Parts: sequence; C-alpha cells; structure tokens
Amino acid sequence: MDGLFGAAMRMTRNPADAEDLVQETFLRAYRGYGRFEEGTNLRAWLYRILTNTFINSYRAKQRRPEESDLGEVEDLYLYRRLGGLEASQRGRSAEDEMLDFVTDSEVKDALEALPEQFRIAVLLADIEGFSYKEIAEMLDVPIGTVMSRLHRGRKALQKSLGQFAEERGLLPRSSPPVLIASETGPDSDD
Amino acid sequence: MTEHECDDALTRLYEYLDNELDESTRSHIEEHLQKCSPCLEAFDFEAELRKVIADRSQERVSADLRSRILAALEQCSVEPAHDVDPLAPEP
Repeated sequence: MDGLFGAAMRMTRNPADAEDLVQETFLRAYRGYGRFEEGTNLRAWLYRILTNTFINSYRAKQRRPEESDLGEVEDLYLYRRLGGLEASQRGRSAEDEMLDFVTDSEVKDALEALPEQFRIAVLLADIEGFSYKEIAEMLDVPIGTVMSRLHRGRKALQKSLGQFAEERGLLPRSSPPVLIASETGPDSDD
Repeated sequence: MTEHECDDALTRLYEYLDNELDESTRSHIEEHLQKCSPCLEAFDFEAELRKVIADRSQERVSADLRSRILAALEQCSVEPAHDVDPLAPEP
C-alpha cells in the first residue's frame, strides 16, 4: 500500500487527493476483482486501476495545462555536467557527493515538476519497476510511446535535479548569470 | 574498443538498466563495459541515480488511511462483482 500511495502522491501532488485516489483504487479493485485474470500480475493490475482512476477522475479536477514541451536536454545530462565521460580517472567524488546530498524533497519536487505524461511513465518505470510492456498496457499506448516518454522525462528530471544541485553549490552554474537588458532602462545612471 | 562501441553502449544504457534487452545484446554490452571504464562509470552513475530517486521518493501510508480503507472495504460488504470494470471511467 505504501508504493501505491507514493505513486498517488506523485500523480496528484497533494496528500488529500492521494489518499482519496488510493482508497478509490482499492474500492474499484475490490468491486471489480472478478475482472482480474488469475495468473497475471496483481500488482500491475492495481497500478493500472490507480493510473486509470487518476487519469479519468483526478486529472480533470486538477486542471493543469498539458505542458508537453520539455525543451532540449542532452542525454546523460547530470553525468556530463559532473564531468563524467571526460575525466574517467579523476575519481568519482563529484558524482558520489551529488547523489549523497540530493534530498528527499528535491527528488519529489523534481518528479512532481514533470508534465503529467512524462511523470507517470517515469514513476511507473524508475520507482515502481514496471516493464515497458506493462506500462504500455496501463496507459493504453504503444511501447514506443512509453520509451519516448521515458527518454524525455528522465532527461527533464535530471535537468531539474541539476538545478537543485546548482542552487546548493553541488554543481557549478551551467552558464554565467544573464544580464537582463530591460532592467537597465533609460533611468539607469549609465 | 572504438568510439562506435561506446556510442552503441550508451545509446542502449536505459534499455539495459530497464532490463529490456535480449540476452545477446545484453551480453554484448556487458563485454564492452568490462573493458571500457568510462562507459562502466556512466552506467554505474545512472543506475545509482535511479536508486537514489526511487529510495528518496518513498511515502508511508498513515495508520489512519489504512483503517479508513479497510472500513470502506468492509462497508462494501457485497461479494466482489463480476460485471464491474474497475478500469472504466466513472459514469
């Protein structure tokens, strides 16, 4: 039940809705148990009900615009930013330090910042450990779509984690602060 | 070991970590990782990062929610139905 609740928290992004969603999932599973095919994966079936219930009931309530533009992020974003692939004999201190210091709330915030379709794919794969096929069935999309959502979602997640790490000095800033032209208008002393 | 081999391994990094590769591709990548420490470190980092993400996003269900769910299920005292589709949207 902890796992379902964790997934519900990341989907709804608030404890009250997450509790309702988990309760609704159990009630639906109980009432519809006759539909469960013996011999198939019960856990995957419960997550499928959870995901469907969220998509059908809670998403409408939350009314967030469906942002799907994640911008371009390179593969292995964090590892490259930490200097990996370039200096392999340098030891792993930067990477280890980053992984040791990232906090629970940073990880949760970074996950929750992902647009929904990417967030659901990443949490089902990386946190719950479901296969591409199981996720494709849960979301009723082709396996290729699952792979592409995972690919883009993971990169965006790494970018968010990188921003937290920058703010805490665990990563050097990616680019010098940009001077905002509009702040030096006609009133400036220059 | 060629750059091409590294590119090939890194392109399949996530499918490898996701356990989605067939046996021969998998062992091909493992052979490469045994002789290429930069790739091995990249794989290790991504595997470790994933573990960190999974470990640090865990939640615990409160005793209160647990008992509310049990109470709701008990109220449902009817036998599980065979004609209710739990995956169908609410009417």
